[in-house]
Amino acid sequence: METAFLLEKLILVVVIFTITLVIAMYSTLAERKIAGFMQDRHGPDRAGAFGILQPLCDGGKFFFKEEIIPAGAHKGLFIMGPVIAIITACISSAVIPWGQTLTFGDTTITLQVAEVNIGVLYIFGVIALGVYGIMLGGWASNNKFSLMGAIRAASQSISYEIGLGLSLIALLMVTGTLSIGEIVAQQSGFVNWNIWSQPLGFIIFVTCAFAECNRVPFDLPECETELVGGYHTEYSSMKLGLYMFSEYINMFVSSALMAALYFGGYNFPFMHDLGLSANWITIIGVLVFFSKIFAFIFFFMWIRWTLPRFRYDQLMRLGWKKLIPLAIANIVLTGVIILIKDTFF
Amino acid sequence: MSFFYLVAFLSVIFSLMTIFTKNPVHSVLYLVITFFTFTVHYIMLNAQFLAVVNFIVYMGAIMVLFLFVLMLLNLNKDTEPMKSPLVKVMGAIAGMCLLATFLGAFRALEQSDVLIKPHENIGLVENLGKVLFGEFLLPFELSSILLLTAMVGAVLLAKHEKGVKKQHG
Repeated sequence: METAFLLEKLILVVVIFTITLVIAMYSTLAERKIAGFMQDRHGPDRAGAFGILQPLCDGGKFFFKEEIIPAGAHKGLFIMGPVIAIITACISSAVIPWGQTLTFGDTTITLQVAEVNIGVLYIFGVIALGVYGIMLGGWASNNKFSLMGAIRAASQSISYEIGLGLSLIALLMVTGTLSIGEIVAQQSGFVNWNIWSQPLGFIIFVTCAFAECNRVPFDLPECETELVGGYHTEYSSMKLGLYMFSEYINMFVSSALMAALYFGGYNFPFMHDLGLSANWITIIGVLVFFSKIFAFIFFFMWIRWTLPRFRYDQLMRLGWKKLIPLAIANIVLTGVIILIKDTFF
Repeated sequence: MSFFYLVAFLSVIFSLMTIFTKNPVHSVLYLVITFFTFTVHYIMLNAQFLAVVNFIVYMGAIMVLFLFVLMLLNLNKDTEPMKSPLVKVMGAIAGMCLLATFLGAFRALEQSDVLIKPHENIGLVENLGKVLFGEFLLPFELSSILLLTAMVGAVLLAKHEKGVKKQHG
């Protein structure tokens, strides 16, 4: 039993890890393709059909480029930076439920690596840890531009974590649980999706998620026009690759979170009326979940070519003076509505 | 039990490293690792909520701010202000006084029996919430007022200079 359980989880971890890395890899291609589409040009189309081999070429290039560690850099922390960034990016997907259960004879497999009753808080902890990768890398580079990028990253991440947390508190008031598995299970069907009860919370969550992922319009830590390259100015070769990779993995995980917390995760409309067996519903559910995730990744890239970058003071004003009061108002509103519902209906 | 001793050993080692390392940034990083070992302790005690909150608040927020300030100051051996021997002696005396106070306090405390856990799952969110908002509602709310006061005070301190300038100008 114990061995079988461990083996099952190990296979699941390896599969999810592979899927995460492949999606992150192809997100780089998708980003450039979508940029091409938005700007009415082709995008990369030389390596393979439709540029399908482009990510492999990029990866190979990253591995074979010369690796430079600046003389004035703090060597240990310079290497630690990208390592922390990629590890924190990869471990955050552990609590996301990818689907319901699959049944083969007597064995049932839950498509979630770890069902912990504090799943939402776990994600927060990992996000909070993620900023260390950027900060240490930026500081250890011993470069003014890198340091500026690192400082921007730290202040931005801390400011928007508050908005993110407050927007989620309203969601937790509705769902009454901190377990992501349970939150998704509650949203069975279509009308139970949390987006219908928490539209304002979702908008705040998305905005803060963009800021936490350092995506445009909040990509100040790596603002090329002001900071040469941002916190990774001094990085070369695969270390730079790992930073970029961790950014794409973060984007994938936050898309998965948005889909799971607000858009019903693996639930899809009329899932119980189709008369399919449980296994088929699970498989379709996983596909539906991934298509929701891809829709959000597309949304991330769409925004990149729609909105210009914020200025630093605008970023801080938006975070502290607009999003946080809005999130608190959302909490109060949610509380009042829950109270009215409980007393009168 | 042996795992506890390993983690406890690491906690002590990293706390000592925090104090003895010369570089302030290293010091903060060792403190982060120390807090991480505390998180492991909480998990071993089945206090999941406390563990994850310790992780988020101390490791994720407070230590990032520490690191933030240190990076801005960019302290190193050359720029470190030389402290006079008097300050060092005073610091040592103050530290010893604190140690004596702690020792006295721990002696006065009743030794609880570790083997008897009154509530096995008290550390889970649901149970902790019920205790905090039931039995300990008043202290809990009072501490929230205390935090609010501290926050308003911090904002006031940050704003004060501007107000003074306006009055004079």
